[in-house]
Amino acid sequence: MRREVRFSGFGGQGIILSAVILGRAAALYDAKYAVQTQVYGPEARGGASMSAVVIDDEPILFPKVTHPDIYVIMSQQGFEKYGADAPEEAIMLVDSDLVRSRPACVCREIPATAEAKKTLGRAIVANIVMLGALVTSTGVVSSAAIENAVLDSVPKGTEELNMKALQRGFELGRRGEA
Amino acid sequence: MSFKDWFREDRLPHIFCTGCGNGTVINCTLEAVEEMGWIRDTTVFISGIGCSSRAPGYITTDSLHTTHGRALAFATGVKLANPRLNVVVFTGDGDLAAIGGNHFIHACRRNIDITVVCMNNMIYGMTGGQGSPCTPPGAISTTTPYGMCEPVFDLSALAVTAGANYVARWTSYHVTELTKAIKVGLDTPGFSFIEAMVQCPTAYGRRNKLRQVSDMVTYLKTHALLLQKKQRMEEEGETVPADMFAVGEFVRRDRPAMGVLK
Amino acid sequence: MTKIEFMQGNTACAEAALAAGCRFFGGYPITPSTEIAEHMARRLPKMDGVFVQMEDEIGSIASVIGASWTGARAMTATSGPGFSLMMENIGYAVMTETPCVIVNIQRGGPSTGQPTMAAQGDMLQCRFGSHGDYGTIALCPASVQEMYDLTVKAFNLADRFRIPVFVMSDEVVGHMRERIEIPDTVTVVPRRPLEKGTLPFTAGADGVPGFPEFGKGYGVHVTGLTHDERGYPEATDPALHAALVERLVRKVEDARHEIADVTLTQPDAEIVFITYGPPTRTVRQVLHDNPEKAFGHLQLRIVWPFPEDVLGAFPHARAFIVPEMNFGQIAREIERHTCVPVKSVPKLGGELHTPDELLAVAEALR
Repeated sequence: MRREVRFSGFGGQGIILSAVILGRAAALYDAKYAVQTQVYGPEARGGASMSAVVIDDEPILFPKVTHPDIYVIMSQQGFEKYGADAPEEAIMLVDSDLVRSRPACVCREIPATAEAKKTLGRAIVANIVMLGALVTSTGVVSSAAIENAVLDSVPKGTEELNMKALQRGFELGRRGEA
Repeated sequence: MSFKDWFREDRLPHIFCTGCGNGTVINCTLEAVEEMGWIRDTTVFISGIGCSSRAPGYITTDSLHTTHGRALAFATGVKLANPRLNVVVFTGDGDLAAIGGNHFIHACRRNIDITVVCMNNMIYGMTGGQGSPCTPPGAISTTTPYGMCEPVFDLSALAVTAGANYVARWTSYHVTELTKAIKVGLDTPGFSFIEAMVQCPTAYGRRNKLRQVSDMVTYLKTHALLLQKKQRMEEEGETVPADMFAVGEFVRRDRPAMGVLK
Repeated sequence: MTKIEFMQGNTACAEAALAAGCRFFGGYPITPSTEIAEHMARRLPKMDGVFVQMEDEIGSIASVIGASWTGARAMTATSGPGFSLMMENIGYAVMTETPCVIVNIQRGGPSTGQPTMAAQGDMLQCRFGSHGDYGTIALCPASVQEMYDLTVKAFNLADRFRIPVFVMSDEVVGHMRERIEIPDTVTVVPRRPLEKGTLPFTAGADGVPGFPEFGKGYGVHVTGLTHDERGYPEATDPALHAALVERLVRKVEDARHEIADVTLTQPDAEIVFITYGPPTRTVRQVLHDNPEKAFGHLQLRIVWPFPEDVLGAFPHARAFIVPEMNFGQIAREIERHTCVPVKSVPKLGGELHTPDELLAVAEALR
């Protein structure tokens, strides 16, 4: 089944990396097909950044996301530009401290940045917390696959921090389910 | 092997005008190459567009006659891809300083291990005598009919500032000094720039009261001021006439260089 | 044994070039192609190769041509504005028959346009952009896998025909990441050396001369001026110039059936899509989602030289639909070769045609 995931936030949050990790998890560790694309402007930091992943059991023909099933939104500007029109049947994870608005669809509030700062001491891993929450609240890829893909993608020496962030995300995602 | 063995006889006669200074500079260059003991199979001559850039076409080695202003960029590719090749670039003032100015600056900065011999005739000869960045103030050309009103580019000073390891200037009158300077350039690792002021009786002299070949050579001889003498005059507070240019060795140094065979 | 990777198109391009034996990259940073230069900068020095960042794109292509004369497989990568700057020296590579590969990750133009958005607006420029007449080869990948495969092919074609070959990709494929199978080895067909005793620009029956590599004792003179078989300038002989230019055109055009790389789907179809590059993906989706409508599809992986005879493979075609991320550049070429009505579907702005858009066009023609 084709699933379309859209990530948005501001530049510097690791929005594109999140999508790359998710695509990698699906394509290399879940034996599925995945395509990752992005929209970006001239700014390296700030602005509204968007990245998307299509995941499917069969080869992916049209590579772009047009009707996302899943949204991961990490900034208010990102919500307004890339999340506000989410259809009712979609599911959206929002970083609850950074996004004021709430969508018409099912919404999971994940305090990813707050958790990353408070519990983990590093705001930079907020995107990994979100990825963990995404996996347990949607099952779009397996937990093992995302773990492997995170380990492939993060700088050496930060594996433990990122695994902690991912585990914390898993828990936050499960809590939303209950 | 004599330097005559470097010429492609089946290409003669050449296109240079009677009295042109380019032939002298080519001879000096081949003499220097010969003295270095370089062989034809591993020596490459590269050029852009213009009278001077026709030189490689008369030499028996592998040679690349490229586009206007770009010879140094082509030469960068040749030298980096195969540092075993000895690379010499022939160029002129328009080719090097106008359209090719940026490549010139960056080739000096990279200090790539090639030798550039620039035949500065102060004019665009091949297109019939238009003003160049090296046309002296007041000089008449087809595009400066009321006299050149822009200042001259000092190519040697530019090469020194931009980082070349070896920079010298002589004229077609100073054949011994010019040949020696080219040889030092060939022998110096890194970017070597030898500027040879040459007469162009057809496109420059004819319009500037230097109609006879000997008039132009005399002009170069009498306007060339030995660098040491120029420095002495400046130290002693003497005014150096504005139409004189320094000749001699401006720099010889050992900055890190690219493309040097290890 | 192949290796499965999740890789960006630009990275796949660089990896393919390395696998094909490319050992020289001269380039200048420009969005959205820069990842190719960055990857080559990391990898080449460790493979006994050369990466050089030149002062501009004019210098980049010049350095690549210079490197090629030393026998190296050499490439550059750029996008619209840089591609425009390269045009004069691309003509020089054509005239001097210098093999090299130029990758254009196309973005929206004219001018600086849309640096981060995709387009296919340089398809005619790559064919006709330098002055004078010549033949050219342009490959257009529709996936990261094709980016890899076609980049390898580009090097072989460049050496086979002694011309600059264009990989005309775009921001969609260049920046997209997807699953790719990387083979252990790739087919490398090296350039044919000049036989000693043969004049350097005497062509074989295929119109292609052997290659006299610098430093091997050939003593070859290479010039962008019209030249005779010795390589000597001879710029005022009308017959010589005509014969040379005709050979430069024909060595590519006459081989267009050998060069062609296409995929045909549903040759019985009445409504046929023709695509190259990313719109191929949209059309495949339309065919997949609407099997009952029996649409046909022709994918051109090589657009130039244009393989006109392949249009005849759809004998029942009533309409050719040509979606392009430009104002209809190749639709015009198709019209030149067929009596079947051609429906151009231009899309400007940087986004790929959606399946709904193309389905609507096809439905309107039924």
